[in-house]
Amino acid sequence: MSQDIVNLEVNGVAVQGRKGQMIIQVTDAADVYVPRFCYHEKLSVAANCRMCLVEVEKAPKPMPACATPIAEGMKVYTKSPKAIAAQKATMEFLLINHPLDCPICDQGGECELQDLAMGFGRDDARFAERKRVVKDKNLGPLVSTDMTRCIHCTRCVRFTAEIAGVQELGTLGRGESMQIGTWVEKSVDHELSGNIIDLCPVGALNSKPFRFHGRGWEMVQQPLVSPHDAIGTNLSGHVRRGQLLRVVPRQNEAINEAWIADRDRFSYEGIYAADRLETPLVRQGGALLPTDWETALEAAARGLKQTIAASGAGRVGVLALPLATTEELYLLARLARGLGIPNLDHRLRQRDFRDQDADPLFPGLGVPIAAIEQLDALLVVGADLRQEAPVLAHRVRKAAVKNKTQVAFVNPAEFEHLFPVAASRAVPALAMVAELASIGRAVAEAAGQPLPPALASAATPDAGQRAVASALLSGPKRLVLLGGLAERHPAYADLRAVAAAIAALAGATLGYLPGGGNAAGAALAGLLPHRDAGGRPVTGAGRDAGSMLTQGLDGYVLFGGLEPALDSGYAESEATLAGARFVLALSPFAPESVRRHAHVVLPIGTFAETSGSFVNVEGRWQTFAAAARLVGEARPGWKVLRVLGNLLNLPGFDYESSEAVRAELVALLGGRHGQAAETAYGGHWRVQGPLPGALAEAPIYQSDPVVRRAPALQQTRAAARPRAVY
Amino acid sequence: MTDAQGPAALLNEHSRHEIDHWRAKFPEGRQRSAVIAALRVAQHQNNGFLTAELMDAVAAYLAMPPIQVYEVASFYSMFETKPVGRLHVSVCTNIACMLCGAEEIVAHVERRLGIKTGESTADGKFFLKREEECLAACNNAPMMMIDHVYYENLTPEKVDQVLDRLK
Repeated sequence: MSQDIVNLEVNGVAVQGRKGQMIIQVTDAADVYVPRFCYHEKLSVAANCRMCLVEVEKAPKPMPACATPIAEGMKVYTKSPKAIAAQKATMEFLLINHPLDCPICDQGGECELQDLAMGFGRDDARFAERKRVVKDKNLGPLVSTDMTRCIHCTRCVRFTAEIAGVQELGTLGRGESMQIGTWVEKSVDHELSGNIIDLCPVGALNSKPFRFHGRGWEMVQQPLVSPHDAIGTNLSGHVRRGQLLRVVPRQNEAINEAWIADRDRFSYEGIYAADRLETPLVRQGGALLPTDWETALEAAARGLKQTIAASGAGRVGVLALPLATTEELYLLARLARGLGIPNLDHRLRQRDFRDQDADPLFPGLGVPIAAIEQLDALLVVGADLRQEAPVLAHRVRKAAVKNKTQVAFVNPAEFEHLFPVAASRAVPALAMVAELASIGRAVAEAAGQPLPPALASAATPDAGQRAVASALLSGPKRLVLLGGLAERHPAYADLRAVAAAIAALAGATLGYLPGGGNAAGAALAGLLPHRDAGGRPVTGAGRDAGSMLTQGLDGYVLFGGLEPALDSGYAESEATLAGARFVLALSPFAPESVRRHAHVVLPIGTFAETSGSFVNVEGRWQTFAAAARLVGEARPGWKVLRVLGNLLNLPGFDYESSEAVRAELVALLGGRHGQAAETAYGGHWRVQGPLPGALAEAPIYQSDPVVRRAPALQQTRAAARPRAVY
Repeated sequence: MTDAQGPAALLNEHSRHEIDHWRAKFPEGRQRSAVIAALRVAQHQNNGFLTAELMDAVAAYLAMPPIQVYEVASFYSMFETKPVGRLHVSVCTNIACMLCGAEEIVAHVERRLGIKTGESTADGKFFLKREEECLAACNNAPMMMIDHVYYENLTPEKVDQVLDRLK
């Protein structure tokens, strides 16, 4: 390795770099700032802005630091008169056509061009000619354009081509006529395309929903974690006087690198939807009327007690979205179990619970997210990755493109992947189990192993199925991933047993990609009918979500803004709830579907207004404080549950902070806290055929109540597409 | 010849033959390198200008993102992306031709065709290109090129003769 180390000097200080690195990578590592616009560590080198020119000894001209490889003995000067002169000259050229509209530009105050113009710009202009004007482009509902401001760094173009995987933007024309655009009027539709807003070093590409809403210096940056998928994407929320005005990425190489999905970026608008609930509601004489907290909490406690007294705790169901914090879910589970309610669940979209006893402690990926890039083979069973977890889909794409990971799919439809796919099988949903079994048989034959019981009835594999098998066997690091479509499949038990058998045959890790941002936390918190907090088994499992929503109970507790029909996909759930004696909803929103059936509605905070933790698919606990102020009289969910626990005379509900709640669960978990999931399958399920019901798509912008209320996301082309039933 | 389905079906058989000829010159996986030649063929098929549909056809035929074809087509001055006349008249105005009277030639062509540079005649016959860089015929300046054919040692009278002869 030693010959890979290159010794050089930057501004007279000896530094080391690796062979093949560019000057800018070495100066960045050494904390020597070199100005730049087009260079970005995650994108290819374009070297077209020329802002990073530095002086290199013996080089006749200043060299672009981003495109000059380091060499042994090289002497680089980043602040010498020659370097500064070159940088200043570049800045003068860049400003020739840049408008002086900073006062009305959203980027003003947080603009790389503005900052560097302060450092390198002249205080007067020598360019007296006319500046050029460029027509703005309509790139859809998410990204606003002011193309006259563009300095042609091409970061956005490189992002669409290299990261998103589908080049949606290009550099058109040349010379003074050069423009960034799409040529034909076209929106940028990729689910990661909002990242071009952050990449743009000037105000050419900005957030359309945020346009003219605030200034960088008015806002406070608060850390957030995305609740929309199981990855736990790190976000920064920009808050002005308690209101969340904008969401941008928070870099975390282990999870989301520098990128976030459009769903994470623009969902914040949903927090302030028109049907946001600001006061508690209690049904009086048929109508839901606003009231004070005391009355509402008492009504809630009374309603629960009366329902339990009249019908028994076994006739009450507790349902929560896997979008709530782990603390809230833990308290909710404690409350339910304290009242003797056995029916509690967060797996709203799952259909087949027959093999739930074989579930792992929590559904996890089985490998760290970053390790996906190093996999040799990945078999994805039932997942539309780009819709379910866009940032994870990017990791898979990176693996396939850069690491040549053999990625194979078994899905109910052929999805667009934007990377080389080793093998793909699209079969009708109900044929997926047989398809997978034949693939398993091909794996067993290729590996020279006997057929395990789960694959006993597998048909002889065809060439396509063998191709999937050989893709999975192409290297030692293998993962079999069960996605959201598998989780919602009417024969999930069969599908999982077969997938697990394949994983065992191939020596692969079995991984899960559950829906919702905190499914792992919900499982750890014990919001399950068959497991208590920390995975402790319960005697006599209660009813699962499907049973609760389709076969009527007398009482319901709905937590987290749950809209039964939309969040579960059961159309009949509305009628089921209508038959209940008492429905208590703890919800940030009061949509018609909640108003129709609820007897008490308690307003709680969304993910941005509550302190708590999410646990991602790696088992990583991410704790955050409340970033935004609660709307109206809404209270954090954990506080409401705490008071409710006290009113119901349950012992041990005296928590003073969400940290205290977390500490209790963490203590309960002991050594398993923060550990990766043990995802190996320990069940003995024999394939039995599917339950009734169909496998439906869970569209990306319908995933949860906050997303459904975000207007910009609802205007995208992805939101307009009809829901598919496979 | 590759079968043309979807957007690529807009390219006629002759065009596809021509593109195949160029595509074969590049290594496997680098077929998109034939894009300039393919655009020239497509432009020729369409009487001198490209449409978005034709560029999409080229993109589909060479299996490349349409935006990359738009980038190339909008970059090079020999591609026209708006409807123009059938015969492309380009008078060189670079230094050698300019010194030998190219400006007078341009003015004459403009007068004679009744259009300015960058415009096409109403009958759709002639298109006078906006500017033309050196075409390497300085020894016989001034010169012009009409649809890839050079006309050199120009005088206004000679220009008239040339234009009269063109169908």
